[in-house]
Amino acid sequence: MIDEKDREIIEALQGGLPLVPAPFAQVADGLGLDEKTLMSRLADMKSRGVIRRIAAAPNHYKLGMTSNGMTVWDVEDGRVAELGSQIGALPFVTHCYERPRALPDWPYNLFAMVHGADRDEVEEKRAEIAAILGDACRAKDILYSTRILKKTGLRLKKKG
Amino acid sequence: MTLDDTDRAILNRMQDDLPLTAHPYAAIAQEIGIAESDLLARLTRMKDERVITRFGPFFDAAAMGGAFCLCAMAVPSQDFENVLTKVNAHPEVAHNYERTHRLNMWFVLATETPEGIAATAEAIERETGIAVLQFPKLQEFFIGFRVAA
Repeated sequence: MIDEKDREIIEALQGGLPLVPAPFAQVADGLGLDEKTLMSRLADMKSRGVIRRIAAAPNHYKLGMTSNGMTVWDVEDGRVAELGSQIGALPFVTHCYERPRALPDWPYNLFAMVHGADRDEVEEKRAEIAAILGDACRAKDILYSTRILKKTGLRLKKKG
Repeated sequence: MTLDDTDRAILNRMQDDLPLTAHPYAAIAQEIGIAESDLLARLTRMKDERVITRFGPFFDAAAMGGAFCLCAMAVPSQDFENVLTKVNAHPEVAHNYERTHRLNMWFVLATETPEGIAATAEAIERETGIAVLQFPKLQEFFIGFRVAA
């Protein structure tokens, strides 16, 4: 949970952290807080998991990772935890989740995101996943992204 | 833009957590073995050139008492741009990708309350006349997005 002060801090930082020598002092100044208070609030939000980390979001397209495949799998429910952990640990899998199926349209319950320089590279990595899943996998598909339509991250709505 | 080895070292390091200290960039510059001013100049350039889409805290809506949900829609191609405008107009839509499938629009909703997911999905269905399938995460097997630069 967050209080009003946390909320103001999140709104001030959702666009990003300034690239200046003392970024927290600059943000604190804009909020009428002192730097120590802001930093202890941020530390507290990190300990509660509200902030996962302060880091860069790279643009994988600009880094030559132009193929981005969402691999999806229909895995036996009883084995999805064990197999999902193995897939999530693969170095080339950037996100891996169990999600509900949406039958009859969507039989898949395991999602693993794979990036590569081209589709051949993604297909090679996908074959590695298929080999690990083996007989526990009943159906599979891959959805390549063809366009980023929006990428802003979380935005709080203005209150009031 | 072309990235040199120093840019790549910065990009790899900056995908990990920034220390919560008064001069965090100085600390990272020292780790990498460059001047703070050089680090800041290179980061600014990579952000301007969109090699870095964003630098800052990654928030978890669920830990704030809200929720995230992956959603998908099957949008007829002739309506795609029109539907896209309506979907993206919602501030709750944090990311949106076009994908190669009958379900061709995949987006993430981030809302401040758990009820916000259903409310936003229903609003999008009402506005577009297209079903919004919801795929909330049941288990996460890996945390942290990393791309080797």
